[in-house]
Amino acid sequence: MRNFESDVQLIKYEVLKEVVKLSLEGKLKKEYKTIAKKIIPGPKPRTRCCIYKEREIINERVKLAMGGNKKNKNMIEVISIACDECPIHRFTVTEACRGCLAHKCSEVCPVGAIHIINKRSYINTEKCIECGRCKNVCPYNAISDVMRPCKRACNAKALSFDENKKAVIDNEKCIQCGACVYQCPFGAIMDKSFIAPVVNLLEKAKVQNDFHVYAIMAPAISSQFTYARIGQVITGIKKLGFHDVVEAALGADMVALSETEEFAHSISEGRALTSSCCPAFVAYIRKNYPELVPNISSTVSPMIAISKLIKNLDPDAKVVFIGPCTAKKAEILEPDIKGITDFVITFEELQAMLDAYQINIEDCEDSPLNNASFYGRIFARSGGLTESIKHIIDDKGLEVDFKPISCDGLQECDKALKLLKFNKLPSNFIEGMACQGGCIGGAASLCHGPKDKTEVDKYGRLALEKHVADSLRVFELEEIDFNRKY
Amino acid sequence: MTITVCIGSSCHLKGSYNIVSELQKLIADNNLENQIEIKASFCLGECKNGVCVKVEDGPVISVNKDNIDEFFNEHIIKNL
Repeated sequence: MRNFESDVQLIKYEVLKEVVKLSLEGKLKKEYKTIAKKIIPGPKPRTRCCIYKEREIINERVKLAMGGNKKNKNMIEVISIACDECPIHRFTVTEACRGCLAHKCSEVCPVGAIHIINKRSYINTEKCIECGRCKNVCPYNAISDVMRPCKRACNAKALSFDENKKAVIDNEKCIQCGACVYQCPFGAIMDKSFIAPVVNLLEKAKVQNDFHVYAIMAPAISSQFTYARIGQVITGIKKLGFHDVVEAALGADMVALSETEEFAHSISEGRALTSSCCPAFVAYIRKNYPELVPNISSTVSPMIAISKLIKNLDPDAKVVFIGPCTAKKAEILEPDIKGITDFVITFEELQAMLDAYQINIEDCEDSPLNNASFYGRIFARSGGLTESIKHIIDDKGLEVDFKPISCDGLQECDKALKLLKFNKLPSNFIEGMACQGGCIGGAASLCHGPKDKTEVDKYGRLALEKHVADSLRVFELEEIDFNRKY
Repeated sequence: MTITVCIGSSCHLKGSYNIVSELQKLIADNNLENQIEIKASFCLGECKNGVCVKVEDGPVISVNKDNIDEFFNEHIIKNL
């Protein structure tokens, strides 16, 4: 059965599903405004104050599901009316305060922001610098720390609040990782969708019959569809009209090979290399460490690599990537690689499509999905790329001093980048993944439960080809350019 | 002449990579490298009959390790 983690995910799913349904009927442009009433029929509101506000929020979600404001290049947008204006002041004294004699809170406060009035502590929010010392010393644990979830989630420090306390995204800093999308408890931040153009493309291919639409499946699929087998999901995707489903992991095999060669070269020049498969990590370097841009591997991401291969074999092909990642939606629009992968949809969006097309994957037979090697598949988790490069170095007997560091999540990435900037990093290769756990922790996953890296490895071991060189042996890769310039 | 071999998941699992290498070997043994090109392709649409192979724009032919020599003689050598 469908399993929704929260009403946020459920309502987003309902909106996406209705957008797909109307697209299929060719009525989206004319009737998109009818969706709100369908999802919020009334008379009682579902979660908020009234049905009118709920419907207005649905209208905004529909717009984002239809691609959103084209003038705003960011693929992540705040739905201002849905933002609940959470309390902005981080530290608050709660009822648990006993007005004790010691009042360590006011003693420890470095800026004199805490006063005792009527046997209770009060924080002067104008003075408070949010250092948290009061909270740490209170013997009654009476001071609460309520940083807004979106801000807490945003390790790129792109989130602030306007004069009305509404969340605002700074596009100059945002790396489109989607952490805020997942963490906002009101669902007030959403990723824009390509779902309508994907439906149109599939339907066009069915009528015209002179080009094929391929789906590229991210290896993070291994932890996604808990109620059906992966083979059934693949059949479902083909029933949507995709000509074939190809593993992004095969692109990962190509990337690992190219990046290993690049590493051997860069290290001979004494230059450390940073990985390039996570678009949010690459964006983070470009925005925060411009001096390290020459260290970014010039190898394209696995998604772009496999798209290039597919179009090399079938020049009329259209390619849609399916994965857990919102940053990939922005990646395909970057000017130097635009048009190589045509669209990106997320697992959430795939689920909505399957249901709108009334495809019950539980009832589908299994179709195989097996293109890549074990190593390509484990790219889905933190540490996978590093293992793959190690394997290629051993396999080829390269004599290089590979000293990798795998950074799991953006905070670890930042630490390593800072050290590299000051030439203090003991490693010479940084594998960076913006999401915790790697792609399996991606923001647009269907399930965010604790991710077991052994699950990914188990899936990896189902690959027919064990080594990177095996899975690539039938392709003439020298015809394809896997490099880009930043 | 172009021979297209399906390397989509289904044919891959049925050994299409080996079919590619065996065809390459047959081509080399017969000194036909200049006349025949092998191309990989994703799904050719006949997954149940894999490994799917096409000669030029002809129909999809099911090839396996037992009939590969026969396939090579009948569909390649004779048509050169």
